[in-house]
Amino acid sequence: MEFFIQLLITGIVLGSVYALVALGFVLIYKSTSVINFAQGELLMLGAYICLQFVIELQAHTGLGLYTIFWISFFATLIVCGIIGLLIERAFLRKMIGEPIISIIMLTIGLSSFLRGIIQFFWGTQTKVFPQIFSQKPIMLFGKIPVSEIYLYAIAFSAIFLGIFTLFFKYNRSGIAMRATADDQQAAMSMGISIKRIFALAWCIAAIVAAVGGIVIGNINGINVSLSFYGLKVFPVVILGGLDSIGGAIVGGLIIGILENLCGGYLDPHMPGIKEVAPFIVLVLILMIKPYGLFGTEEIEKV
Amino acid sequence: MHYGVCGDFKESYEKDMEIFQTTFAKAWLYGFIIFLYIFPLFASKYFLYIGNLMAIFVIGAIGLNLLTGFAGQISLGHGAFVGIGAYASAYLTANLGLPFWVALPAAGVITAIIGMIFGIPSLRLKGLYLAIATLAAQFIIEYVIVHWEAVTNGVLGKMVPFASIFGYQFDNDRKYFYLSITLAIILTIFAKNIVRTKTGRAFVAVRDNYIAAEIIGVDIFKYKLYAFAISSFYAGIAGSLWAHYLTLITPEHFTITVSIQYLAMIIIGGLGSLIGTIYGTVFLIILPEFLRFLSGIVSHSYPQIVDLFAAIREGVFGLVIILFLLFEPKGMAHRWQIIKAYWKLWPFSY
Repeated sequence: MEFFIQLLITGIVLGSVYALVALGFVLIYKSTSVINFAQGELLMLGAYICLQFVIELQAHTGLGLYTIFWISFFATLIVCGIIGLLIERAFLRKMIGEPIISIIMLTIGLSSFLRGIIQFFWGTQTKVFPQIFSQKPIMLFGKIPVSEIYLYAIAFSAIFLGIFTLFFKYNRSGIAMRATADDQQAAMSMGISIKRIFALAWCIAAIVAAVGGIVIGNINGINVSLSFYGLKVFPVVILGGLDSIGGAIVGGLIIGILENLCGGYLDPHMPGIKEVAPFIVLVLILMIKPYGLFGTEEIEKV
Repeated sequence: MHYGVCGDFKESYEKDMEIFQTTFAKAWLYGFIIFLYIFPLFASKYFLYIGNLMAIFVIGAIGLNLLTGFAGQISLGHGAFVGIGAYASAYLTANLGLPFWVALPAAGVITAIIGMIFGIPSLRLKGLYLAIATLAAQFIIEYVIVHWEAVTNGVLGKMVPFASIFGYQFDNDRKYFYLSITLAIILTIFAKNIVRTKTGRAFVAVRDNYIAAEIIGVDIFKYKLYAFAISSFYAGIAGSLWAHYLTLITPEHFTITVSIQYLAMIIIGGLGSLIGTIYGTVFLIILPEFLRFLSGIVSHSYPQIVDLFAAIREGVFGLVIILFLLFEPKGMAHRWQIIKAYWKLWPFSY
């Protein structure tokens, strides 16, 4: 039982990171109908930038680790938001209305480009954050040991997912984004600047990806394989529905937990199944319910 | 000197269907084929290696272009299908002792069958969803390749014997080039003829408007499956050739990166253009070699560039794709048409 709960908790941690990455993905897809294959690279970029901030601040200031981390954290969010804006402006704006394969290929090219840049500056070796969170496990319910960073990870994800859910529900820009997603022409005629919305979508996607990257970087260390999280986002969004923010959260948690349970129980018998299990689920969902749990069904008319 | 007609004056369908619109183009092509067969006699091992790589990738890329460019079905799993062909051929020759000339087409057929199985979801899935399904196929096939050790020998890699036809061994780059270029030429001609027939026109109809295609009586599912089968057959042949060329294959050779490379080749060359496929392949194979050459020059003054080479290659690869999509989305084939049209009327272009 304890083993199961352990797996469940690490699954929730992983799942909440997936949910963050998927949130960015869904956001971009919803408002610009661009399928972003570079989401994993944005996550990796966020992790590296935060690491760089931490290292620089440690070297040049005498602040405590916690303070340094928080400063770096928010600085990273700002930098990544700007990078998201730049990417949208430089590469994506011209692609509006292009065929789907061009857009897929463009984001694939973008992911390769970003990976190249990251490797150029930071190399391929695994880097680790200085120990910011204590290693001593906290006893949950008195008997289940959970390390502190895991709790932070869940809290981070919950906070950001909460903020963005509220943002879409009540904020003016958030409502404008939903309107754009629903019907671009109608939104335009109501005086919403579509270009601004597209830019905002990329900005937010880069920010949430960076949060995911920082969380996962603190748990596992940072290397180029972090970009794989960007591909794991596909099972998540297909399960949850491509254009549903709630679906991204639920899908993320389900896939994260499923992956960990597979890792715990099936891996001894079938090594490596952990990595493909989400994709097998993906194929099954596509066969049974291609629009996912909460996605909008596309109805085609002649 | 070549005098082209100033306009389109075709009087029969046969004329319109002709592969070579002018004798000049025909002469050029024959000249080029003769060059391909003479060139190995003088080329160094390095150029033969590049030539082999190009010939093998052209076969695979044409397969993908038939599926993606002509039939409009996006596939992110082409690299894995090449892998199936490679391992099928390796297993047939190394474990079952079949001769190469049997294993090569057999690898193509096996891959075609598996490709058709993965093509079945395409009945329901379109565009983006199909792309994601093929992405999943890529990972599932990769998993099988890594873990089905009885057949594939897992991550250690599988030894593959040299290709031999009736006792004649293709055991060096020069001999192998003749094999791969011959197959590449045959399969290119075959593809060119597929796209001129009913099947090819059905592919294009499915791509352009599948609802309209269905209404005029094109059996969509059948032709989508055909597209997957033919494309996978090409992938299988390319895989088999690659396996016998490398003589040691590992799962590393068939990752998602390879699938992306194939997609990049047909995008840069031009979707739905066979000649473009060849341009794209040649371009993307020369590009890293050119970068290596450049970094070799620069490495005297900046020795650290050697360590960064992988990063630079990856970054440039991505940038090239992006730039092509932004500035020349129809690919090199289209640009070539424009240049040709310009020189045709030069210097009086108006």
